[in-house]
Amino acid sequence: MNIEDLHQIARIEKSKQEGFQHQIHVCVAAGCLSCGSGQLKEALEKEIARRGLDTWCRVKGVGCLGLCTAGPLLSLETAGIFYQGVKVSDVSDILEALGGAPVERLICPVNSAFFRRQVRIVLENCGRIDPERIEEYMAESGYGGLALAVSQMSPTEVIEEVSRSGLRGRGGAGFPTGLKWTSVAKASGLTKFVICNADEGDPGAFMDRSVLESDPHRVIEGMAIAGYATGASQGYIYVRAEYPLAVKRVRLALFQAERMGVLGNNIFNTSFSFNIKVRLGAGAFVCGEETALIASIEGRMGRPRPRPPFPAEFGLWEHPTLINNVETFANVPPLIRKGGRWFAGLGTEKSKGTKVFALAGKIMNTGLIEVPMGTSLRDIVFDIGGGIPRGKEFKAVQTGGPSGGCIPGQFLDMPVDYDSLAKVGSIMGSGGMIVMDESSCMVDVARFFMEFCMSESCGKCAPCRVGTRQIYDILCRITGNLSGPDDLAMLEDLCDLMKSTSLCGLGQSAPNPVLTTLRYFRDDYLSHIHDKRCLAGACKAAREVA
Amino acid sequence: MKDQGAPPEASVQVSSKSVEDRRLRLVNRTMQLYRNEAHALIETLHAVQESFGYLEEDVLKYVARTLRVPLSRVYAVATFYHSFSLKPPGEHTCVICMGTACYIGGSGAILDALREGEGIVSGETTSDGKVSLLVARCLGSCGLAPAGVFDGEVTGKLDSEHVLERIGRWRGHEH
Amino acid sequence: MKIHPRKNVRSDLNPSRLLTFRIDERVVSAHEDESILSVARQNGISIPTLCHLDGLSERGACRLCIVEVKGVARLLPSCVTFPRQDMEIITASERVVSYRKKILELLFTERNHVCAVCVSNGHCELQNLAVELGISHVRYPYLYPRLAVDASHSRFSVDHNRCVLCLRCVRVCDEIEGAHTWDIMGRGITSRVITDLNQPWGSSETCTGCGKCVQVCPTGALSEKGKSVAEMIKRRQFLPYLQMMRGRQDESWPK
Repeated sequence: MNIEDLHQIARIEKSKQEGFQHQIHVCVAAGCLSCGSGQLKEALEKEIARRGLDTWCRVKGVGCLGLCTAGPLLSLETAGIFYQGVKVSDVSDILEALGGAPVERLICPVNSAFFRRQVRIVLENCGRIDPERIEEYMAESGYGGLALAVSQMSPTEVIEEVSRSGLRGRGGAGFPTGLKWTSVAKASGLTKFVICNADEGDPGAFMDRSVLESDPHRVIEGMAIAGYATGASQGYIYVRAEYPLAVKRVRLALFQAERMGVLGNNIFNTSFSFNIKVRLGAGAFVCGEETALIASIEGRMGRPRPRPPFPAEFGLWEHPTLINNVETFANVPPLIRKGGRWFAGLGTEKSKGTKVFALAGKIMNTGLIEVPMGTSLRDIVFDIGGGIPRGKEFKAVQTGGPSGGCIPGQFLDMPVDYDSLAKVGSIMGSGGMIVMDESSCMVDVARFFMEFCMSESCGKCAPCRVGTRQIYDILCRITGNLSGPDDLAMLEDLCDLMKSTSLCGLGQSAPNPVLTTLRYFRDDYLSHIHDKRCLAGACKAAREVA
Repeated sequence: MKDQGAPPEASVQVSSKSVEDRRLRLVNRTMQLYRNEAHALIETLHAVQESFGYLEEDVLKYVARTLRVPLSRVYAVATFYHSFSLKPPGEHTCVICMGTACYIGGSGAILDALREGEGIVSGETTSDGKVSLLVARCLGSCGLAPAGVFDGEVTGKLDSEHVLERIGRWRGHEH
Repeated sequence: MKIHPRKNVRSDLNPSRLLTFRIDERVVSAHEDESILSVARQNGISIPTLCHLDGLSERGACRLCIVEVKGVARLLPSCVTFPRQDMEIITASERVVSYRKKILELLFTERNHVCAVCVSNGHCELQNLAVELGISHVRYPYLYPRLAVDASHSRFSVDHNRCVLCLRCVRVCDEIEGAHTWDIMGRGITSRVITDLNQPWGSSETCTGCGKCVQVCPTGALSEKGKSVAEMIKRRQFLPYLQMMRGRQDESWPK
């Protein structure tokens, strides 16, 4: 394929789509599928065919429309109408209303803050294109970034563009992407690898899954651009086996990309060749850590090893390896197409661009959102998220999963970016945002995360292996109202030990949920310890000790 | 590992029962896809898990020999990752998500109800062999918390009654 | 087949480059590819270790050998950290020593280390470390796991109650003996060393019975049968020699 072919396919696809007066987009991402959007789509197709409307109306399965609480969702592309909670029995009403007044009872308010306040870069195609057709991605300038990079830019220029954008890793720590690419590009060696970390392990995060299910080609394109920039010709997508739909769509997308020639040898008639393989994760949170992930791709247990040497020099099969996560790669194609300066125009001084968050927990609008960096927590929780249901009080928002922290109400006006979150003891993480109301006991929440870290600890280094267990035991004693006078001091002492001496990021950050709850919600602890009472009324003492 | 040099075909005779085992096809295909290289171990174990439902000891030996990976390493990998199980599953499988959103949404109470109502704890199969209960770290269906998977079908917004009722139906009794 | 790298290959380090730096205020010099631990020991500065053993690959896992480096916020494991020109290393600051004690105490709580009835009493590295670091009591609660003793092998036995998961046995069996009979199952606090498919040691098809695992084990977890309390004295001087002999490239010596 050459660049003219790419434009040709895009033109044909566009005009084909314009031929339809109405396009009904049915969300077929995992969330809506589990409330029956598959059957809904089938019923719509059948009814359209029965009524003979198929020349001017088309049903299309699309990726995540964002507002997972209101599923199954569908959108009428031309009219800009969203319908929520649609059932098979609503099909004929929907078709009858096409072109006329919409079906009032199903309408989902699109001008609400949830839709209005989002800025979509990573999710720009989510809910708009059929993830199982490469032509639709191409019609939205897909693979245009790769074409531009390989035909008109040198690898160094690509990296410069990425550096100029200020893009930072979206997987957790926020390492500058341009720097990472530079060190892999500079590393000596003919064989290099690019790995996409799609082992989204944070409980409460589903951004990467949604991106892979809704727009897999974007990630593939980002990886290919990274391959070109760093001199790698082989890529791996390490994806959780727990995401069967994402795995299926990624595999299909890879097949289509190879058939079209945007992956493979001599891409766009240049000397650049790039292939991608899928590797399945097998249920180990620690494999989100770079060196553990590499070990897992090599077929071993996912145990981290001390760094340095870093994967950039000594990675997969001892070759220089670039590892970025799904969202980072998904940012790359538009960044190349529109330029690093455009990207840097969004966000805050040190955190550029947008961030995708998975809003969940005690919040009205659960779902997937993308907002510019620096949006305040209050805007996200109360405006976009619609606040707390059932008139309950906001208590905390948890970011960064088991490595992050619980942020109390006093910081609601804080801008959400890497540095502000770090300042209050949490991390950006991959983008899970769990809202908790007054009915959550923060000691119990800390215990929940420590239980997670304990069973996900690989067991290699002593502080994490034994420390997580000891901390977990103390938290169980506190929630079970069985704690002794020294427990709080011992808790703090062990957290400090783990933070300072653990081998990898998992162990070093595992105390964060405990430390932040101790800092901001100490009363929850003290009430359990001194008054033998749970302030939130959440802990059943008997249950907790069992 | 004395017979490392033996070609993989010759070592199919792991036990008389698996020679003709059709379930080995997917396993063999996976290993061949990776030219029987050691790094295919995890992918191969996925294939074993998929076609056998769990990791049978004879099959583990067969995989070890074919990929030329030490037995202890195969066992180590099989027990390191949560996706793999060494015990045969029950007739039906119920997975309850214990991700943060689901936990905040009450999935802990569902597990309690299952323990009290049906006597099942996570990771175990009922004594009648009908139902295996598993706990997932996060299904990624946080928007539908609490979520679960019943024989492969993701279901959201669960409550204890609903789960008890489904499990009761599987086991042939009403609640 | 290559299961894991035999030695921590650091292609970025230049073995012929000589550096000068400081360990505990003393000016020392060493090659770029010599770990801080080995340089310190060459200079008579002792740093406690548990998973490290001369002649085996490094794991950097027990975290007892952590040291402070001026200008670096994190503590670094000296067994896998390499010197830089003018680096200033402090091996026994108050902070480091207190962390070492706590890590050691955690190890004592993890399993059932009852010295008085142990075959290695008096010859145990864990016990020696406790004495060296002046640990008189353990501040954390003991976990008291219930673990088995496997005495199915004709000459050796394994007592999981004494295991500290240093994985010396796994490494020596793979790297020196070449059998890879041992590995580690599970993860986290439930990890345990196993032979073959987690079967009784005596039934292992791959074990050559060489006994190297027993000799390198720092505690009484692996021992020779017939040894009574305090009788199990281990010898492991052969290791660096074997490592050299088995790793050598030229086969020019007469057969």
